[in-house]
Amino acid sequence: MYHNKTLAELSAMLQAGEVSSVELTQYFLDRIKAKDSEINSFISVTEEQALAQAKAADERIAAGNAGALTGVPFAQKDIFCTEGVRSSCGSKMLDNFISPYDATVVSKFNTAGAVMLGKTNMDEFAMGSSNETSFYGAVKNPWDLKKVPGGSSGGSAAAVAARLAPAATGTDTGGSIRQPASLCNLTGLKPTYGRVSRYGMIAFASSLDQAGPMARTAQDCALLMNVMAGFDEKDSTSIEKEVPDYTAELNQPIKGLKIGLPKEFFGDGLDPEVAKPIQEAIALYKEMGAEIVDISLPNSALSVPVYYVVAPAECSSNLSRMDGVRFGHRCEEPKDLEDLYKRSRGEGFGEEVKRRILIGTYALSAGYYDAYYIKAQKLRRLISDDFKKAFEQVDVILGPTSPNVAFNMGEKSQDPVSMYLSDIYTIAVNLAGLPGMSVPAGFAHDMPVGLQLIGNYFEESRLLNVAHAYQQQTDWHDLCPPGFE
Amino acid sequence: MSLDAEQVKKIAHLARIEINDADIPGYASTLSNILDLVDQMSAVNTDDVEPMAHPMDASQRLRADVVTETNQRDRFQSVAPKTEDGLYLVPQVIE
Repeated sequence: MYHNKTLAELSAMLQAGEVSSVELTQYFLDRIKAKDSEINSFISVTEEQALAQAKAADERIAAGNAGALTGVPFAQKDIFCTEGVRSSCGSKMLDNFISPYDATVVSKFNTAGAVMLGKTNMDEFAMGSSNETSFYGAVKNPWDLKKVPGGSSGGSAAAVAARLAPAATGTDTGGSIRQPASLCNLTGLKPTYGRVSRYGMIAFASSLDQAGPMARTAQDCALLMNVMAGFDEKDSTSIEKEVPDYTAELNQPIKGLKIGLPKEFFGDGLDPEVAKPIQEAIALYKEMGAEIVDISLPNSALSVPVYYVVAPAECSSNLSRMDGVRFGHRCEEPKDLEDLYKRSRGEGFGEEVKRRILIGTYALSAGYYDAYYIKAQKLRRLISDDFKKAFEQVDVILGPTSPNVAFNMGEKSQDPVSMYLSDIYTIAVNLAGLPGMSVPAGFAHDMPVGLQLIGNYFEESRLLNVAHAYQQQTDWHDLCPPGFE
Repeated sequence: MSLDAEQVKKIAHLARIEINDADIPGYASTLSNILDLVDQMSAVNTDDVEPMAHPMDASQRLRADVVTETNQRDRFQSVAPKTEDGLYLVPQVIE
């Protein structure tokens, strides 16, 4: 049925008139109603708006001015502001926040005629790797309902994995697209920093945040990138650079491609069962004519400590706008202004968000700024320089996305540091600002394993090509979790 | 590096976040663990390294200083907890 089709297949069916957008949208809305209670992947389902968008899309298709995504349903991570719709960012603080404007990414999907089914669950303010910190409750992994889907884009990942939507948006500050994609058997792409507009995407760590697509295949991610990417004058760090057609290079041969394997990504911390499918993928790339090169990213072990200064410092500054005055949660009967700030924030934020604001406040406070923030920014350059040197030798870098498969709910939520270390292979990519992908590569302990591909700046097309070539030879990405077929 | 209860209270005050006394020891312990992790940074000498604020070392783009936004006060205040006559209301600050 429709839920087993890829985005590209549904797009072709819509263009050929084999199904209408209204039928398709109603089908997915019904499926969400029937199935989402098992995994809790949506915070809001926007049925009325979706059907109105679908009707408009059908008219566009009939009039012959449809694009590839016109009429295609998808899910939007609840970090994007959507006009007239609750935009909660997974927080009690914004539970009552009906955005008065659209994020640029949202406008772009609207212009393309895509149909938003609803807003997906996420770790509160995108701070988490398990989707357990959401005010709206934890999301469950469709592959095993006792396990986490990863985070912070865990609702998007679970919704697409359970076939409740053909695709979804995600955001990635330290791995929040790639890690949940890996844990839920999806293809996810974090673009180069500045490639997709951050305007209206509720800010976590502004020098790291980047939005990207999550779908079943690299081809679907390419179609989504064609809509999402582009310069935006409303985002001060948006990059002015032409957007290629990301589908154009999907079928390029990869013979002669130089793939670098960083020895630091295959060390002690990696579960040997996870390493097996990664090694099989490397062997397959060799068969396909790629050249495998051993490389080193000597400072990558420092990426987690550096990230836990840079990200909290920036979040403590960004989240100061949540003060109970202009929007969001406000405490009852404040006795003075300080009480208003403190109680509104104390009640509105969850524990992990408070923890990160406190760490960031400390790192930026008088007397500590040089020792923490400046030191972290210096190390960030060393981490970034490691990649620069590596890309003088190789075209792409390959390794596991996550050291382990999905863990049990509650297993790491009491120990923040062990949770943070689950992002050890993804964080360095954000610090350097490079594009990275996760691609389904097999199973370990009966749970999905993701293959991470890292490219040089603005080489999203190359990454999609390398992932697509792999997906022409394998069918891991087609596998559906039992109970959701 | 470990933080004691008094330090946690001080940081919480700087961040304008109320934390119940009963929760302070828990925060002190997890925050200290995070600072232990962060302290691994000191193992590397960075004396001659330039801090990196932007992945491509780009500087902030500037635009002409002209009005680009229309006045949408009513719309933006529709999501505010408390307003009156186009103003945001907070508890009285000056007697």
